[in-house]
Amino acid sequence: MTPRKRARTMRGAQYGVLLLVAAVLALTADWGEIRRAFFDVEVAKAQFPEIITTALVNTVIYTGLGFAFGLALGLLLALMKLSSVPPNRWLATVYIEFFRGVPALLVFIALGYGVPLAFQVRVDKLVTVMLALGLVGAAYMAETIRAGIQAVPKGQVEAARSLGMSHGRAMISIVIPQAFRIVLPPLANELILLTKDSSLVYVLGLALEEQELSKFGKDALNDYRSLTPILVAGLCYLIITIPLGHLVRRLEAKAARAK
Amino acid sequence: MTTDAPPEGPAIEVAGLHKSFGDLEVLKGIDLTVRRGEVVCVIGPSGSGKSTLLRCVNLLEQPTAGKVTVSGTEVTDPDVDIDRMRRRIGMVFQAFNLFPHLTVLGNLTISQRRVLGRGKAEAERLARAHLAGVGLGDKESAYPAQLSGGQQQRAAIARALSMGPELMLFDEPTSALDPELVGDVLAVMRKLADEGMTMLVVTHEMSFAREVADRVIFMDDGQIVEEGPAEQVVTDPQHQRTRLFLARVLDPAAAEVKEVG
Repeated sequence: MTPRKRARTMRGAQYGVLLLVAAVLALTADWGEIRRAFFDVEVAKAQFPEIITTALVNTVIYTGLGFAFGLALGLLLALMKLSSVPPNRWLATVYIEFFRGVPALLVFIALGYGVPLAFQVRVDKLVTVMLALGLVGAAYMAETIRAGIQAVPKGQVEAARSLGMSHGRAMISIVIPQAFRIVLPPLANELILLTKDSSLVYVLGLALEEQELSKFGKDALNDYRSLTPILVAGLCYLIITIPLGHLVRRLEAKAARAK
Repeated sequence: MTTDAPPEGPAIEVAGLHKSFGDLEVLKGIDLTVRRGEVVCVIGPSGSGKSTLLRCVNLLEQPTAGKVTVSGTEVTDPDVDIDRMRRRIGMVFQAFNLFPHLTVLGNLTISQRRVLGRGKAEAERLARAHLAGVGLGDKESAYPAQLSGGQQQRAAIARALSMGPELMLFDEPTSALDPELVGDVLAVMRKLADEGMTMLVVTHEMSFAREVADRVIFMDDGQIVEEGPAEQVVTDPQHQRTRLFLARVLDPAAAEVKEVG
């Protein structure tokens, strides 16, 4: 067999396997049940407009707050990890190892119930969400940002310093802006992960107007005895994450032009 | 331009300079004086320590021992405000090191504004004047990536000049350029020399050294082997090592044959 023929046979075999799997799934699934459970148009219609005006908006707000706080804390941790003062590095390492290794759900519970108990204060729910999502997100973002800072060529700092900039000024004006261009794609990944992690706020107990997409879908599932709201909520997540991916690609293209 | 120190005495004074990286001693006791307005070229084989010497002048490398004095201020004094001193010492790198995230104008204005505290209008006016001076008057809104290597290096020279330095350090400014782009950069440096700028230049461009430099220093193995008037060092070197180096640089093909044979 010539290499060309062998390649064609291999390609054909792969298509064959794919078709076979699809056929088995299509023939064995109960399509009537699936349609009744997931594609009930009446139930789907009943989710609107609240699933957008309340749930989607809340998901965006929770994620946005968590990401903003996480990004700031992540940058601080990244700078601490690169610090010439050893305790700074130790502290950052311990933080990152801890929050990267602990499930976000536990952080939510610890913050939501532990902090009010420990300090006898009432913490606003938005603040709790922001802290919990941010604390978890920061651990991941810190490592990403640190790698980005280290990826900026050494010559950039030397040029900045030789123009009289202090170390801090060189970081702020020259290194960090370039580092963020480098880490934009992985940071967007973090944002998408946080969007989904925002579903964990349910453990704090949410009033109706505080519900985000997952909690909203789950409650509607109980109310309507239908899985359709779950599908609608899932599609709503995609409404957030897919444009986000597009935005990142555009920003990347813009950054590439300036490189 | 600056009121930090009275502009008298030599521009650069290096005394007993040693620099080691770990066990490797790169500079083995350098003594060197550059007068105000003088153009000094440093030549020598790669690894001879000439770039390290240059980088010790503005303390991009911390000397292991010895004293470096710039315009009467000892920069190796641990208590000196090195950021303040570096404003007065322009530096041009082999790899240009323009800031890729800023336009050419942004590259020229950022330290004027952030370090010297000049206003936007004044910084831009000075930047445009220096860009015109290096023949890049029409490139102010371009990003570095959109420029040729020669244009980038000229922009980098203009960036250093826009800080109003008293002296300029050039670290192999044309070594990363395509041969046909070298001339433009050398022309800018020649003009700068004619205007009376104090320049310490590490270079492999022997014709530039001969024609523009007041003095040429030949370094080998971390030491100054020979120094003297440019014409003399380049065309009539006194030391065997200088002669060997120049033969290799001026006629690489012939030197290689000799080594193999």
